[in-house]
Amino acid sequence: MSIILNNISKSYNKVKALDDISFEVKPGELFGLIGPDGAGKTTLFRILTTLLIQDGGKASVAGYDVQKQYKDIRNHVGYMPGRFSLYQDLTVEENLNFFATIFGTTIEENYDLIKDIYIQIEPFKARRAGKLSGGMKQKLALCCALIHKPKVLFLDEPTTGVDPVSRKEFWEMLKRLQQKDITILVSTPYMDEAELCDRIALITNGKILQINTPEAIIASFPKKIYKVRSSNTYQLIEDLRIYPDTHSAYPFGEYLHFTPKSEVFRSMDLTKYLAERHHKEIEVKETVATIEDTFMDLSKAHE
Amino acid sequence: MNRFIGFIKKEFYHILRDRRSLFILFGMPIVQVMLFGFAITNEINNVDIAILDHSKDVNTKEIINKIATSKYFSIKGFISHEDEIESTFKKGKIKAVLNFEKDFGKNLVTQKKATVQILTDATDPNTANTISNYVGSILQNYQQELNKGLNMPYQIVPKTRMVFNPELKSVYMFVPGVMTIILMLVSAMMTSISITKEKELGTMEILLVSPLNPIQVIVGKVVPYILLSIINAAVIILLSIFVFKMPVQGSLFLLGAESTLFIVNALSLGILISTISSTQQTAMMISLMGLMLPVILLSGFIFPISSMPLPLQLISNIIPAKWFIMILKGIMLKGVGLAYVWKETLILIGMTIFFIALSVKKYKIRLE
Repeated sequence: MSIILNNISKSYNKVKALDDISFEVKPGELFGLIGPDGAGKTTLFRILTTLLIQDGGKASVAGYDVQKQYKDIRNHVGYMPGRFSLYQDLTVEENLNFFATIFGTTIEENYDLIKDIYIQIEPFKARRAGKLSGGMKQKLALCCALIHKPKVLFLDEPTTGVDPVSRKEFWEMLKRLQQKDITILVSTPYMDEAELCDRIALITNGKILQINTPEAIIASFPKKIYKVRSSNTYQLIEDLRIYPDTHSAYPFGEYLHFTPKSEVFRSMDLTKYLAERHHKEIEVKETVATIEDTFMDLSKAHE
Repeated sequence: MNRFIGFIKKEFYHILRDRRSLFILFGMPIVQVMLFGFAITNEINNVDIAILDHSKDVNTKEIINKIATSKYFSIKGFISHEDEIESTFKKGKIKAVLNFEKDFGKNLVTQKKATVQILTDATDPNTANTISNYVGSILQNYQQELNKGLNMPYQIVPKTRMVFNPELKSVYMFVPGVMTIILMLVSAMMTSISITKEKELGTMEILLVSPLNPIQVIVGKVVPYILLSIINAAVIILLSIFVFKMPVQGSLFLLGAESTLFIVNALSLGILISTISSTQQTAMMISLMGLMLPVILLSGFIFPISSMPLPLQLISNIIPAKWFIMILKGIMLKGVGLAYVWKETLILIGMTIFFIALSVKKYKIRLE
């Protein structure tokens, strides 16, 4: 196993940031930690990258204990913190060179590993890192985290604040890296990115809700789900919340996702109810659940 | 070793690309030395004085002539009445008034005694004191000339000689002090800021998750500043020798070695500050308040330690700058060798080791 966590917990003063977390990541796996801000994702990354010591439990990365063998881990992992953490006054090339040197390697030695990514930012190699766009900064940070050919790569919210096109490119790069035998643990608050991982852990308030492949998590969604739309979205939420057969209703893009309480729910009944309440252009259709629906459902059950 | 060199190279990029830090590093030493050397001085030169001569005889004329020809004073006016003294001072230009009594010359001959009143503008007490001393010595000088050839039965003539700084040049006093301040500032403040900057920008997080060990990071941070501070010390010494004609009596080598010791001492303080502060702002405040003020006030640079109250005298002992200024004055002005400053040197070495040990112990290998 590349990463093993056994009953890891961590508190800041009295706030529990991580509560009894256990999971394993297989070698070569692209594993996603999915959860909202404040769920404990960054704390988990910091424990695994030896930056914090857990209060309880055991964890190992690439076979090394995170507490006792922290020096070995620091030699063999790549870490990209959530905040852009490169030297803004150094150029792209100088940053990459610096990280290669402190890991005792050179750009040439591992060039094939970063080539796909680096050629995209190479035209700007003489530009200072602070002057790059968000997407390019992330590509450079990924290059710097990869330059020593780490066994395990930790990416803490790498796509936060990055435009959709760059986000997509970034995930394609991760997929390619996976083929080069690098285990990747990545966290994201974006549910749509979860489906690109091999397996995901849904995490909220320091607790893991579920761990499985994205497909299995979606398939495990226990109820029928409907997308609902009308001309007055705000009023629609209000009305759905007081509808007697509502289990849950929340905005999802331009629609509302609605799950009924009863097994015998018919969309006709809801359309009628909404029409009585003066909604126009009413649309009620059955749809397939997404990771986000599962997440909402699980965290609701959790509370 | 390659890692280490790579790290130092990166540090130099940071320093050379930041105009503000470049100015602090190289602009400030020169500006400060020039300021202290030329502008801020307690010597007096061409002080404007006025004369109130009630007697107007040969003797007063001779005295006035002597004063007028000295480079210290220039006579900017004659007044004729006591009432005008105050208004003269109030105009602000005249710093002193000499008031010769009526029948000055006659009294001198008949009673062997004559009085001249020296009035000084004591809004600036130091200058006032210096003026009255200078006038006093001119008068004494004149008196001795009068007595020449006469056989005076008893006479005590104090002959003062100012050793090590015969001309009482204040630049001699300021150069060691300014050098101490600058080395302290550049070394301690700049290193503490450059380390906390890494914490603040999050790059420390990546450095921690790398094979670099704490000592490599600390030494890598410090080496560029040691080099730059030595250059600074050399610039200050060269300025004081060639611009202010300050002699360096002792060995230049010893001076360089002691300066390097003090630089390392200040750097270790800078590292210590960076281990207890998490932002550049705090590091700067601690450096300024915690280091600069004691260096200026308690090191004996401006205010003599021997005239401080006992508690402050005791506190001054823990300020490295105090010992360094003593060493500097010893080597530059008195020309003494290590045999005379070994005690101060040992104290500085001890402090340095203490600070380094404390910073290594306090350096965090993790985030909390």
